[in-house]
Amino acid sequence: MTDASVNSSEPRRKVSLTETDERTKRRNAAEARFRMYGIAAIAAGLVFLVVLLTTIVSNGTGAFQQTFITTEVYLDPAKLDKKGQRNLDDIKKVSTFGYAPLVQNALLKEVTDAGIETPLTKRKHMKALISASAAAQVRDFVIANPDRIGDTVEFRILASSRVDGYLKGRVFRESVARDKNIDAEHLDLVDALVPLGVVKKEFNLDFILGADASESRAEQAGLGVAMLGSFFMMLVVLGLSLPIGVATSIYLEEFAPQNRFTDLIEVNISNLAAVPSIVFGILGLAVFIQFAHLPQSAPLVGGLVLTLMTLPTIIISTRAALKAVPPSIRDAALGVGASKMQAVFHHVLPLAMPGVLTGTIIGLAQALGETAPLLLIGMVGYIATNFPEGLASGFLDPNSAMPAQIYEWAKRADPAYYERAWGGIIILLVFLLTMNIIAIILRRRFERRW
Amino acid sequence: MTVKLTASALAIAAVSATSAMARDNVQVAGSSTVLPYASIVAEAFGENFDFPTPVVESGGSSAGLKRFCEGVGENTIDVANASRKIKDKEIKACAEAGVTDIIEVRIGYDGIVFASQIDGPAYTAFQPIDIFNALGAKVVKDGALVENTNKQWADFNADLPAADIAAFIPGTKHGTREVFEEKVMVAGCKAAGAYDIYFAENGGDKKAAKKACYEVRTDGVSVDIDGDYTETLARVDANPNGIGVFGLAFYENNTDKLKVATMGGVAPSTESIATGEYPVSRPLFFYVKKAHIGVIPGLKEYAEFFVSEEIAGGDGPLAEYGLVSDPELEQTQSMVSDEHTMGSGS
Repeated sequence: MTDASVNSSEPRRKVSLTETDERTKRRNAAEARFRMYGIAAIAAGLVFLVVLLTTIVSNGTGAFQQTFITTEVYLDPAKLDKKGQRNLDDIKKVSTFGYAPLVQNALLKEVTDAGIETPLTKRKHMKALISASAAAQVRDFVIANPDRIGDTVEFRILASSRVDGYLKGRVFRESVARDKNIDAEHLDLVDALVPLGVVKKEFNLDFILGADASESRAEQAGLGVAMLGSFFMMLVVLGLSLPIGVATSIYLEEFAPQNRFTDLIEVNISNLAAVPSIVFGILGLAVFIQFAHLPQSAPLVGGLVLTLMTLPTIIISTRAALKAVPPSIRDAALGVGASKMQAVFHHVLPLAMPGVLTGTIIGLAQALGETAPLLLIGMVGYIATNFPEGLASGFLDPNSAMPAQIYEWAKRADPAYYERAWGGIIILLVFLLTMNIIAIILRRRFERRW
Repeated sequence: MTVKLTASALAIAAVSATSAMARDNVQVAGSSTVLPYASIVAEAFGENFDFPTPVVESGGSSAGLKRFCEGVGENTIDVANASRKIKDKEIKACAEAGVTDIIEVRIGYDGIVFASQIDGPAYTAFQPIDIFNALGAKVVKDGALVENTNKQWADFNADLPAADIAAFIPGTKHGTREVFEEKVMVAGCKAAGAYDIYFAENGGDKKAAKKACYEVRTDGVSVDIDGDYTETLARVDANPNGIGVFGLAFYENNTDKLKVATMGGVAPSTESIATGEYPVSRPLFFYVKKAHIGVIPGLKEYAEFFVSEEIAGGDGPLAEYGLVSDPELEQTQSMVSDEHTMGSGS
């Protein structure tokens, strides 16, 4: 009764569809505001992405270029082969410390021949310009070609990291005043040598393909060996987690009875996917290294740890892919007399394969970028120095991985390593991007919709 | 199921295959302070010898020695780097695991410097007492110990700038922290007179008095850095008033960002540390498992190469990087070539 009296006391409002009233305006405004929030969120995300990418690219591109010195080194027989018999064992006795003066002399000759006026007239002064790796480079050449002793051979050697930094705008005249490694005179000399083509900044393939170097030779360090370490780890991850993960998913999805036990397993798999990776690292240290006595720092152990981490991802995506295959396919197969296993392997799994592969690639990409567990199993430090000699040594010899190598470089004292860390990030990102693109293409190409 | 079985069989095969493999490279772990030097040596070693380049891991002196003492065999490391002497406790732990013959090799000295942002206030001269007054948990006021409430450096020393105290010191897991405590905090503690008070308070117990001197204030003025010097550098970079504790070699590689303070009126340099004028320095060591010599190829050669004149001498690459070379290097060389172990008398 009260309802009626309320209605009757107020006359019914007239509403027109062509005229927007207050309430509609408010609702429209709310919607417009919500759209603005969404656009603002996307814009903020884009800004972060742009800032991130520009920082990475601007900091990291320098690492792909390196300053080289081209000079003709006289391979002095009096220094390199005192007995003069060209006996390889005798030649090997001369260490890199014996070769360094030859390289310094060569550069000094280059300077005096060009008539550059500089207070640096001694052989020792040239040391600051030349990378310590030059001596090893010349020594390797001599050991490989002992018959060239006595000749003058042209070498393209690395400049020291300070010279490289100067040409890249990382080292300045003001800052070298207190740097005991290099003086302003050296920088003047570099300025004079650049137009002559003796000192040149060039693309540095060794950064991508080379081995790690010690702290005093940032200019020589490369990511190649660590890349191989990552590669062997990914082989282990792929070889173990794909079959185990797919078998687990097929069994759980197609064969397992629904009971408390399988429920428990399912819950645990989902939980495992959320476990922080460092936990797997500690587990790996305790189980694979301390208990099973697998070698320290080996890509095999790294791969095993990352397998544990990748398994849940693969299982979850595989199960989703299997679930997406309509039951009618299974029914039809069973209906024409296939066994359950035949139905799964001949019909369900092939149809689910694009989903399985996508999940696997994304899991692998995740594992490729993982650093934390590798720190615990000893894959950081001065590790990635020797190229593996074969398959077995690739799995078992100590090695690093790309993200661990980047972490290691970022820690080192020489600022030139900082630049290399950014450069390493670019390479890692290129890998991750490629893997994700492959995953997208696979999905686009082969995925079926029902 | 067959797939699963083959996979696990593969894993088992891989596991059993490894135990049969012999290791042919020297494995080193330990102090992150020694890591740069060890990596320089390892690199030159790999270039000049027919052995593969040794593998050097970091992780801190204590962690390295712990792994060193795990036992004898190919699965344990051959060399532990340390920025401090091995402790009796660790020698005991080693002996219990069967690691009895240890060769101790001192490679040289490392300086510890106080440095601040290059554009920051002029912290150019410190005495240990200044550091103690700034960072100690308690300071002396009118002959009694009170909670440290100093906010600015000028609060206790008018010669220092009126800037907020902010210090980034190595965390307790670092060997550097011990040197900081011993050489700076205790020295400052004694100079301030706090040591005598602690000494009396603890009934004449020297150890307890020293321990009390080690304590730094916990009100956020002093920050422990558990990472490495790069992290300290980042913190100093972000705080114009900040003072960081660095190794000499690290400072020398970053002179464009840092300015260094003198301690007791002496500027840190390889020379002033070698003569002992600059007070805050410590010896660096590595420890070799004698049982592995002859088993792991290249181990002895590596140790000998490390202390050879052309590497660890005054003109060698280590000194160039910032190591203060050991005046008694020759003795160390003969000790290594004789495989002279610890505790066998000298």
